[in-house]
Amino acid sequence: MVISRDSRARIDAEIAKYPQRRGALLPALHIVHEEHGHVAAESARELAEIFGLRPNEVMEVVSFYNMFYATPQPRHHVYVCTNLPCSLRGARSLLRDLEQHLGVDEHGNTGDGRIHLGHEECLGACAYAPMMRIDDRYCEDLDLEQARRILDALE
Amino acid sequence: MLKVPYVTSYLTEHFADDAFATLDGYESRGGYDAARTALKKMAPADVIELVKRAGLQGRGGAGFSTGLKWSFMPVKSDGPKYLVCNADESEPGSFKDRILLERGPHQMLEGILIAAWATGAEKTFVYVRGEYAYPARQLERAIEEARAKGYLGERVLGTKFRHDVVLQRGAGAYICGEETGLLESLEGKKGQPRKKPPFPAQHGAFGRPTTVNNVETFSHVPHIVRNGAEWFRGFGTEKSPGTTIFGVSGHVVRPGLYELPLGTRLDEIVFQHAGGVLGGRQLKGVIPGGMSMPILPAGQIDVPMANESLRERKTMLGTGGIMVMDDTCCMVRVAEIITYFFRDESCGQCTQCREGTGWLHKIVSRIERGAGEKQDLDVLLDVAGKMEGQTICAFADAAAWPVQGLLRHFRGDFEEHVLQHRCPFPSSFEL
Ligand SMILES: Cc1cc2nc3c(=O)[nH]c(=O)nc-3n(C[C@H](O)[C@H](O)[C@H](O)COP(=O)(O)O)c2cc1C
Ligand code: SF4
Ligand code: FES
Repeated sequence: MVISRDSRARIDAEIAKYPQRRGALLPALHIVHEEHGHVAAESARELAEIFGLRPNEVMEVVSFYNMFYATPQPRHHVYVCTNLPCSLRGARSLLRDLEQHLGVDEHGNTGDGRIHLGHEECLGACAYAPMMRIDDRYCEDLDLEQARRILDALE
Repeated sequence: MLKVPYVTSYLTEHFADDAFATLDGYESRGGYDAARTALKKMAPADVIELVKRAGLQGRGGAGFSTGLKWSFMPVKSDGPKYLVCNADESEPGSFKDRILLERGPHQMLEGILIAAWATGAEKTFVYVRGEYAYPARQLERAIEEARAKGYLGERVLGTKFRHDVVLQRGAGAYICGEETGLLESLEGKKGQPRKKPPFPAQHGAFGRPTTVNNVETFSHVPHIVRNGAEWFRGFGTEKSPGTTIFGVSGHVVRPGLYELPLGTRLDEIVFQHAGGVLGGRQLKGVIPGGMSMPILPAGQIDVPMANESLRERKTMLGTGGIMVMDDTCCMVRVAEIITYFFRDESCGQCTQCREGTGWLHKIVSRIERGAGEKQDLDVLLDVAGKMEGQTICAFADAAAWPVQGLLRHFRGDFEEHVLQHRCPFPSSFEL
């Protein structure tokens, strides 16, 4: 089993909240991401069994949503918002500077598996631009120096 | 945590007090008294009637009458009825629901409880966009507090009414803000909007009668029950009562949130409240209501922020996300960002939308690079026109309108790109 007993118990608790089992699929996918960082084929098989689905039905859902991943991920996801209000406030030059600073490859990854750097659409922080999301955390009202320091401090 | 609004009214007046997000703090300001009044002293039909008389309109973007929507729920039902709270807030330029979740979760829960009583719903699913991790934690904590105190559960406030609230987190897909895309997602599927009819009031979440309302819509409800319809109508305009929380961003001195009556003039918000254009520059244009709403040029912002007035200028209130652009801005770059967004977020079910958003972005990018041709401008309008009113959901319209607005007011910017074979705005924000 790749899904731990602890995660399985949390998934069962989610299922109990819904009139149909499948309602708890997104919550379950979040739980699997917390444990493994992505949904591997084996996790998909186990989830399929729990929800009475086929594994490819689980993977179809995974691929629809930007925050779910089918492959192993770097330790941190960093996204600079480049939608209009942030771009008006210099988000795109910030992103380019950070790309250079970290020396990411064409997919936005650092060579050491530490960071994936990319851009994202509006994150609901438009008045505090430019900003970036690091995993579950928002960093707002950034300047380049500050942003570099925050990224350098990531494990 | 988001900064407290610069201007507050009844929704946000206690937001500077961190305790307001806790049950104790909320109760000490009279919290849950309105739910007590509704559940113990009012029949469900009376609550619906009150909200209708107050004239509350949905704050999620479409502005539909909330009381009327509640009245569509069947009174008798052979099984459960549900509410859904739309906290997917992803319309670019919008960040009001976030502060309502972070600093006023009990206010929203009380609104939900009253709505549940009015519609006979036994459960509410709150769908919070996946990126809103902190707002979701604030709400989860508030739900637990409310349950522990008997505001939620088997016997709400000691009555026979039972109600519970389930929080589900989205996972990064703009289209899950559209109410039927949201319902699909809630059911554990891809968030692809449903054909309507049937409407959610007949066939909603898990096939049951369902009412979907926005975070802010629910948050107004306790105030209406507490103070009455006439009081509510004392804010805003005859046709658009109440306040709303405007989010101001872009080239202004004081970007942030402002809770003001509907009908407050846009120029007053930009120049007085938000301090005017940054760096003493001139204004070029303002998007008044989130990215889907057509832009207004500087000369046309002397308009009350209410749908009846904005419609005369061919735009709408949307989510009240006000994006301000100074005179250095290249409007083709603005169009590039907007069309990229819609191309990226189309769920792909409808040909007009999937192909149309792709074409819009392709042509706009070509123009921005200096490779556009004269007829491209008309092709843009032609493509946009064919996307309107043809698709399963309003996303395609939302993608077409801003392009039409930019060409209506800033056609010259596009023409100059074509004539000069380059972007004529070297000091514009970077793409
Ligand atoms: C493409 C699209 C995206 C939407 N996104 C949101 C959203 O993020 N939040 C929201 O409350 N409503 C959104 N809506 C509107 C909802 O479909 C629905 O009208 C609203 O949640 C109803 O609540 P209200 O009547 O209280 O406004 C969106 C609509 C469309 C067409
Ligand atoms: S209009 Fe676009 S987003 Fe809406 S259902 Fe059709 S393809 Fe999907
Ligand atoms: S545009 Fe960046 S947070 Fe809204």
